[in-house]
Amino acid sequence: MWIIKRDLLLAIRRQSDVLTTLFFFIIVVSLFPLSVGPEMNMLRVMAPGVVWVAALLASMLSLGRMFSNDYLDGTLEQMLLSPQSLSLLVLGKAIAHWLVTGMPLVLMAPVLGIQYDLPVDALLVLTVSLLLGTPVLSLIGAIGAALTLGLRGGGVLVSLLVLPLYIPVLIFGAGAVEANMSGVNFDAHLSLIGAFLLVSLVLAPWAAASSLKVSLE
Amino acid sequence: MIPIFSFAAIVLLVAGLYVGFFVAPTDFQQGEAYRIIFIHVPAAWMSMFLYVVMAFWAGIGLAFNTRLSSMFATAIAPTGAMFTFIALWTGALWGKPMWGTWWVWDARLTSELILLFLYIGFMSLQAAIDDPRRADKAGAIIALVGVVNIPIIYFSVQWWNTLHQGASVSVTQAPAMATTMLMGMLIMVFASWMYSIAVILKRTRVIILERESHTAWVAELQRKETV
Repeated sequence: MWIIKRDLLLAIRRQSDVLTTLFFFIIVVSLFPLSVGPEMNMLRVMAPGVVWVAALLASMLSLGRMFSNDYLDGTLEQMLLSPQSLSLLVLGKAIAHWLVTGMPLVLMAPVLGIQYDLPVDALLVLTVSLLLGTPVLSLIGAIGAALTLGLRGGGVLVSLLVLPLYIPVLIFGAGAVEANMSGVNFDAHLSLIGAFLLVSLVLAPWAAASSLKVSLE
Repeated sequence: MIPIFSFAAIVLLVAGLYVGFFVAPTDFQQGEAYRIIFIHVPAAWMSMFLYVVMAFWAGIGLAFNTRLSSMFATAIAPTGAMFTFIALWTGALWGKPMWGTWWVWDARLTSELILLFLYIGFMSLQAAIDDPRRADKAGAIIALVGVVNIPIIYFSVQWWNTLHQGASVSVTQAPAMATTMLMGMLIMVFASWMYSIAVILKRTRVIILERESHTAWVAELQRKETV
């Protein structure tokens, strides 16, 4: 998959983009204790939800970059002309997007969880749920990014299109951690996120590819 | 067609409201406040049904490249969003005296709210794209993705709710409804059907005229209208 390598290379050349997303995530998560007060018991209850919402927003903010640079310099049109299946190309781009934005969030999440005084096993569940869930965000986001390609006000529009579709992942991602903290079995939550991941792996690249064709007509 | 459906809508609306507010007996548990269901239930049904119809026509438009079905889908969206909003709004009005609160994070309420978001996403995507053909296709894709997601969202919201709230408030109280109540509700359902058909056909007509405004037959029509 040369396209993953290429996108990663581009991202490394422009490190500030990656870091901006990561710091956005950190800042949003850190804002909550400042706004609701440093009550540890309350923070512990809020933590999974806050981390997940922040991850949602952070991965959504960087969606615009998934296709727009390639669209602007014409690379995307050449990709469409190439004999390679467009769905595979989109899949590669989504994976690259996840490696650049999702992966750092997953690695950062346990540190932020400590800020919220989460117990160790809850930290583990949080990380695993993010590990399974953030690729789904990148995949679904690819559809939104492809649809809004080159539109005015595309950034705000993407959030309107994509956020309602993120809801199931959010519910089960945060739900897994909460189930773990209240001593309930959390396997079902993680299995469901895994199911979302598999379904979106199959369907999302296809939908995003047809959206790209519509956008570039 | 439009006058027939409009006429039917008005007649049924008046009849339904009359039955609902004057003929149907007062509910012994809920008092007079239950009468909101004569508006609430049809609106909620229509909101969900119209989304499926919209996605269906949008999908047909995408698959067979037919322009009219895409226009039809575009015409359905505002009506569906309106019914979703009415359902939420009347639900809030009903919830205040019944549950003592305007809003509960109940499964049904939440999924209805998400449905409203999906309608708004569809409409704003179409509004943001200048080229109508591209708008049709992009809208079709997001509508179809929405259809795939609706069951998932619905069930996830339902499980989320039951996992976290011990006593969830059941909206389906389903008491053995008095016949007049049921009649009133059914009449209102038909009224909203007729209303939707009339408004959507009218809006489709406007969209056709707008998109074909460069053609000769529209110019012809315009000349006749003005004379």
